[in-house]
Amino acid sequence: MAEVQLSNVSKSFGKTNALIDMDLTVPDGAFVVLLGPTGAGKTTTLRLIAGLETADTGEIRIGGDVVNGLTPSQRDVAMVFQQYSLYPHMTVRENLAFPLRSPILKTPEAEIANLVQRVADVLHIPDKLDNKATELSGGEMQRVSIGRALVRDPQVYLMDEPLSSLDAKLRADLRLELKRIHAELAATLLYVTHDQIEALTMASHVGVLDHGRLVQFGNPREIYENPNTAYVAARLGQPRINLLPVGLLEDDAPPGAARVGLRPENIRQGDGRDATVTRVEHLGDQTRLHLKLGNHDVVTLTDPHSTLAPGEILRIAAQNPIFFDAEGNRVT
Amino acid sequence: MAEIVVQNVRKEFGDFVAVRESSFTVGDGEFFMLLGPSGCGKTTTLRMIAGLELPTSGEIYLDGEEISQQPPSERDIAFVFQMFALYPHMNVRKNISYPLVSQGMPRAQVREKVAEVARILGIGDILDRPVGGLSGGDRQRVALGRAIVREPKAFMMDEPLGALDAEFRERMAEELRALHDRMGATTVYVTHDQLEAMQMGDKIVVMNNAVVEQFGTPQEIYDKPATMFVADFIGSPPMNFLGFSGTLASGDTVAELGGHQMAMPELRESVAGNLVFGVRPEHIQLVTDGSYRGEVLATEYLGTTQVVTIRTPNGEVKARINSDQPVKMGEAVGLAFNPATVTLFDEGTGRALRSSLNEGVLHG
Repeated sequence: MAEVQLSNVSKSFGKTNALIDMDLTVPDGAFVVLLGPTGAGKTTTLRLIAGLETADTGEIRIGGDVVNGLTPSQRDVAMVFQQYSLYPHMTVRENLAFPLRSPILKTPEAEIANLVQRVADVLHIPDKLDNKATELSGGEMQRVSIGRALVRDPQVYLMDEPLSSLDAKLRADLRLELKRIHAELAATLLYVTHDQIEALTMASHVGVLDHGRLVQFGNPREIYENPNTAYVAARLGQPRINLLPVGLLEDDAPPGAARVGLRPENIRQGDGRDATVTRVEHLGDQTRLHLKLGNHDVVTLTDPHSTLAPGEILRIAAQNPIFFDAEGNRVT
Repeated sequence: MAEIVVQNVRKEFGDFVAVRESSFTVGDGEFFMLLGPSGCGKTTTLRMIAGLELPTSGEIYLDGEEISQQPPSERDIAFVFQMFALYPHMNVRKNISYPLVSQGMPRAQVREKVAEVARILGIGDILDRPVGGLSGGDRQRVALGRAIVREPKAFMMDEPLGALDAEFRERMAEELRALHDRMGATTVYVTHDQLEAMQMGDKIVVMNNAVVEQFGTPQEIYDKPATMFVADFIGSPPMNFLGFSGTLASGDTVAELGGHQMAMPELRESVAGNLVFGVRPEHIQLVTDGSYRGEVLATEYLGTTQVVTIRTPNGEVKARINSDQPVKMGEAVGLAFNPATVTLFDEGTGRALRSSLNEGVLHG
C-alpha cells in the first residue's frame, strides 16, 4: 500500500470552489476519515485522487509519484461508492472476481479463486459465494461491493459513505468489520462521511472539512478534545457542544476570547448560575436537559432517572471550557 | 384537544395481516410515537386513526366518539406526510390559507389565523414568497403551517423528518417538539428511528410484525423491556443478551451462567430451559479481578465514552465505559454487571420474565 499526498490542490465547478488549497497526507497504512457536511468537499477529494476529476491546481501523489496526468486505471486505486452497484445476473463469486479479470490485471484463474475465497472469509460471506447478487440482503450486498474493492491490492482504498444507506444495526456491525479488515490487511484507506460516529470510532486520523478547506487533521481524541475552531468543535459530540458568549458561566476567559465552548458533559450542576429547565429528554442511558440561561439555550446531561421537570431552576457552572475568538478560532 | 383510544384494532389486506389486535391510548396533548422497523404495521395504524384505511375489526375513539368507519374529512385530524406536498404555483400565504379558504372562512379571519400560525412557526417574513425557492426547512414549516392552521383535534405525522439529513433532522426534531410544547396538540408520530422516538416522545408504542410489543414512557421501555425485540430495538448499542440454560424459581435472586453466580432482581415466576440474561452496555463495568471474564475484541472511541466489544463464554458483549479507562485489544478483562438493571428473558418466546424490576410494567 502507499502514502497519498495532496499539495495545494484546488478544484472548482463553475463558480463553486469545491476544494481550496488542500494539503493532506494520508500516511501509508492509515485509516483516514474525512468528515464534513454536504458540500464540504469530501467526495471531490476522493474523486480527485481516484482520477474521476482533474485538479485545477496542485499536485496529487500516490506512493511518491505524481498522478495528476494519469487515468483512473493507471492510478491503481479501488473505490467503494455509497450505492452498491453489483451485477445482478452474476453470483457473488463472479461479482468479486470481476475486477481481477480486467484486461490490465490479467490475474491467473487459480489466484482469482484464492483471492475471492480470502475476501469472502474476511467479510464473513463464504457461504454466499454461489448466491445470485439479487438474493442478498442490503448489508450483504454492501459487503460484496466492499469486497470487490478488497480483492484487489491497490495503492489505496477510497470509500465514499459506504455505510450510509444501511440501517443503524448493520452500520454498527460494518463499522467494526471495516476496522478489523483495515487492521488485517494493513491497508491505506481514505474514507468519506458526514457521520461523526464513523469518524470517531474507525479513524486513525480524522480530517475535518469546511467549505472546501481542511480545517483540522489529527487523531479522533485530539479533534474531540482539542478542536482548532468552533466549527470543528461542533462537528463532533452528541449532543453538540454549547457555544456561549464569554463571561456567562466562567470568568477566566483569555484575552481575545469571544465565545466559550462547553461540551454538555462539561457543565457542572449544583453551583454557579441559575438556569431554567425547558425540556427533559430521557434517552435511556442518559437524560438530556435543555436549559435556558438568560437568553441562551444550554444542553447538558444528567442521570437517566433524574426527576427534574420543565420550569425547575438548576445551578450550573463551567468545567474545562475552551475559548474561541469572534471568528471562531481557538484562543488559549 | 383530544384523547385517542385504539381498541383491538386489526387490519387485513387480503391474506396479509398488517396489524393484529392492537390497543393503546393516546392521552390528550401527548406527543405519541409509533415506533418499529419497516413493515411492522405502524404506518397502517396511523392511517387507520386518520381514516385513510378502515380497520377490519376493532374500534377507534376520538374524544369518546367512535370514528373508525368515518371518512377522514369528518374526523378533524390533520395529516403531515413524509414528503411535504405544497402547491407549487401558490405562495406561502396561499398554501397555508388554502384549508381555511376551502372551508369558506371569511377573508379577514383567514388573514388573522395565517398571521398567528406564521408567528408560531417563525415564518412571518416569507409569507409572500413563492414556495419554489424555499429551503427544505422552510418548506417543512409551511407544510406544518397548513396542518396547524385548521386547529384540528389531533395531528398525524408519518416520518416527517425521514427525508432530511442528520444534522438538519435533529434541528427540525427539536423545533417540532418545541412547537408541540407551545400548542399542546395531541400528536401521533410514526418513526423507525429509536433515538428520535426516545427524544421526542412522551409515550412510545413499539410495534413488530403487526403486533404491539410494548407501550410506555421512553425510560420505562428502556429500563424494563417487555420482550427481547424491544430490548434490542431500543438503545445504541442495544441490550446484551447472554444465553444460558437453567431452572429458576420465583424468589430467586441469582442466575448461574457457566458456573458463575450472577445477581439479578428477584424473579416473580418460575422457568426452566433456554434463558437469556439481558444487560445494557452502560451497566457493565470492566474490572481487573472478577471471576466472569472475557477477551477484548474491539474498542470504539466516542468522545466521553467508548464502547468495548468483549468475547465472553456466553457470547459477544458490548460495554459502554468512560473513555479515560485504558483498554487494549486482546486483553482479558473481568466483567461486573449492575444487578438491579438485569432483565431475564425466555429465549423461545422472547418474553421478559417477571421480576421485582419490571412488575407493574408488564402485563400477562
